[in-house]
Amino acid sequence: MTHPVSTPLLEVRGISKRYGAVLANDQVDLSLYGGEVHALLGENGAGKSTLSKIMYGFTRPDSGEILLGGKPVDLHSPRDARALGIGMVFQNFLLIPALSVLENIALFLTDLPPIFRREAVEQRIREFGERFGLVVDPWAQVRQLSVGDQQKVEILKLLLAQARVLILDEPTKVLAPHEVVALFRVFEVLKAEGYSILFITHKLREVVACADRITVMRQGRVEGRLTSGQADVDTLVTMMFGEGGAGEPTATGTVPEQPPSTLPIFELRGASSKATGSETPLKNLDVSIGAGEIVGVAGVSGSGQKELGDLILGLRPLSTGSKWFCGADASSWTIARIRESGVAFVPEDPLVMAAVPGMSVRENLVLGTGRRYWKGATINWRALEVAMGKSFSALAFPVPGLDPPMGALSGGNLQRVVIAREMAHKPKLVVALYPTRGLDVRSALSVRDLLRRVRDGGGGVLLISEDLEELAEMADRLLVLYGGAIAGEFKRGVWQAEQVGHLMTGSKEALHA
Amino acid sequence: MPEARMAAALRTSQAVRISLRYALVCAVALAMFAAILLAAGKDPLKAYADTFTYTLANAYGFSELLVRMTPLLLAAVAVALPSRLGLINVGGEGQLYLGAWMASAGALMFPGLPAWILLPLVVVMGFLGGAIWGAIPGVLRAAKLVNETIATLLLNYIAPLIVSFFIFGPWRAVDSSAYPQSSAFPEAARLPSFFNTRIHAGILISLAVLLAYWLIMEKTRWGVEMRAIGGNPEAAQRLGIPVAVWIVIALAIGGGLAGLAGMGEVMGIHGRLRQGLSPGYGFTGFLISWLAGGRPLGILFMAFLFAIITSAGDTLQITQGLPYSVVNILLAMILFIVLARRPARGTAK
Ligand SMILES: Nc1ncnc2c1ncn2[C@@H]1O[C@H](COP(=O)(O)OP(=O)(O)OP(=O)(O)O)[C@@H](O)[C@H]1O
Ligand SMILES: [Mg+2]
Repeated sequence: MTHPVSTPLLEVRGISKRYGAVLANDQVDLSLYGGEVHALLGENGAGKSTLSKIMYGFTRPDSGEILLGGKPVDLHSPRDARALGIGMVFQNFLLIPALSVLENIALFLTDLPPIFRREAVEQRIREFGERFGLVVDPWAQVRQLSVGDQQKVEILKLLLAQARVLILDEPTKVLAPHEVVALFRVFEVLKAEGYSILFITHKLREVVACADRITVMRQGRVEGRLTSGQADVDTLVTMMFGEGGAGEPTATGTVPEQPPSTLPIFELRGASSKATGSETPLKNLDVSIGAGEIVGVAGVSGSGQKELGDLILGLRPLSTGSKWFCGADASSWTIARIRESGVAFVPEDPLVMAAVPGMSVRENLVLGTGRRYWKGATINWRALEVAMGKSFSALAFPVPGLDPPMGALSGGNLQRVVIAREMAHKPKLVVALYPTRGLDVRSALSVRDLLRRVRDGGGGVLLISEDLEELAEMADRLLVLYGGAIAGEFKRGVWQAEQVGHLMTGSKEALHA
Repeated sequence: MPEARMAAALRTSQAVRISLRYALVCAVALAMFAAILLAAGKDPLKAYADTFTYTLANAYGFSELLVRMTPLLLAAVAVALPSRLGLINVGGEGQLYLGAWMASAGALMFPGLPAWILLPLVVVMGFLGGAIWGAIPGVLRAAKLVNETIATLLLNYIAPLIVSFFIFGPWRAVDSSAYPQSSAFPEAARLPSFFNTRIHAGILISLAVLLAYWLIMEKTRWGVEMRAIGGNPEAAQRLGIPVAVWIVIALAIGGGLAGLAGMGEVMGIHGRLRQGLSPGYGFTGFLISWLAGGRPLGILFMAFLFAIITSAGDTLQITQGLPYSVVNILLAMILFIVLARRPARGTAK
């Protein structure tokens, strides 16, 4: 679907942006036409988020121009962009959890009088919701919504504010597969109504499924442009990474037939934990992770995944039951002790849970390594850098600059740093929550590879994921979590996606295979 | 390497910009204060000229600046250190009083000790006094019971009362019964003073503390852990940093430093324990730390500036017949302008 005659809704020409030594955008041209979904691809740190923030007036480019309907515009702030009909959904939602959907949307609408009639806004929300398939309860509190519904609220916000160009930075990163399908249906309606959508993602099959045009970036430059017919996963991968790029992950054929070790690496016995607020209480969990085993945990979001991880980490106390690590009762161990005895932990939101944005990458690398690099009152930075360098190369990740603040890293680069740090000291147990979220295909492959290597080396892995394909590929055993309890357990290869799907949504009784 | 040069140039220009900004803030505040002096029927130019001649351009005046800087530096670091963990210590004044009280207790209880024991003893006691006053809010905060801002604030009201109780009661000097104060400390407990001025060894302690503060924060693993807590407490906890322990330690050390300031006042200046031994040094320390963004050099500069401003209070009292408290107007103006200029991005960083 090309538009040789019509003018693009939004166009950027020759955009460059430098951050210190990094040229985040280098002479980028991009045009967005009405009625198209335009996918923006590229490896981690390629400059996608930078470009989208420039198009939204959030970041000022060093050079280049932005044209709206063919006329140059000067975007000083997101407010300017919104006034011109450009809207953006950031990777991290900007909703206020304590307010209702209606209030969140109303706050965003600049044309609203100081005293507004809620009913009028409600009317508009319902109208738009039905028109675009974005039905949400206007009176629901945002904190009670699933991520998928929050995503809908974000998009509704833009539509009600009369945006014609929608920029979505990795909108599917935290969505469950069925939510992705729903989002793509929304895209179809928006397209039919002439909206223009810029869609950033790392999931190439999504791109092939829904994009009309594709722009691939690499190291700040546009590497290539394709239309929907020309794109298949292999071409895209080659464009993103150059020759020798990684292919889509393929399921491992080899299932190492490890003799089941007598002593599990980690065990929960009848473990429960209380919950406050919007948390999910854990009910009587029996989980055992053997040496040389990857245990997958499937479940829709909010089934207790975060709480399970935090229970293992020691952040959340057990209310009943016990916790065992390599044969020792670890029920009351501190987080420091758990980590020092060889537990690596990749949390679901590394920016919030595992990084200090204001400190340098180097300093972030030393956090959480316990006393390994202590040298008197100081830190042995050289030893740290050597060890971390090895860890990065074991993952085939490029080592980022160590001096800039952690917060300046791109989403995927931050995830890489956290993973490299956690995997640096031969962990006995890896607890990984959605570890490949936000990573480009090649990095995701390396992470999966490394998790397998941990397993093959006799370690244990607990892989919590919403991606059933990833779990099918990785897990030797699969647990299904529903409402804080284990709803089902399967051996590798014995389960079917449909069956698991039912258990995940609680629509079927526990079924042990 | 062109990049390195570019980065260096960037840093320099940034430093220049920041200095210019501070100069501008001071100029605006001085102009506004001049308007107030005018309104009060005084001559602002003469007031400023007097202030200048009696402080910077005069050896005695200058020595008094150093005297004032001594407690101000300590009181500022007492706020700055906890602020790096995201803690707000507004209890400097109370911690200062308790430090003075404990140091006095040491001096009064062991009057016969030689200086080489007694002097370190009163220093340690002064530190401990403030540290206790800081640790109480620390423990309450670490246990998630009471916010440290409230607790440190409230303890400010108690510490001076403890001091009053002792100087009206058990420690009241018999020789000067008209005036509530303790008897004079033994010479061995007094901090040595220099150059026939009131400058005393406390200034060395203050400067050493400022240097240590910088070293610890920037060069040690403890600094890394504390800054991590300030930067993202949730991540720090998840990464196994003992957050609760650090909260208590940081507030205790902060309190201890304010306590040292109180010790310096009684052992270096007054020679006895008295009421009103601090004209709000603890609070001024908070302003200094805030305006300096917790940065060591900024603290040094701001403490100097505030020493001038508070000296100006004395000068104006004598030369212009204005009450000392007019300088509070000037202080408030500086704070106001700085706060108004700062983008709403949370506290000092
Ligand atoms: N504010 C900033 N300060 C310094 N460097 C930055 C800043 N923002 C981005 N960068 C750098 O610019 C480069 C491009 O970052 P960007 O976030 O655009 O990547 P991305 O393509 O979105 O990657 P990802 O897929 O990982 O999200 C990265 O190397 C990043 O470290
Ligand atoms: Mg990005």
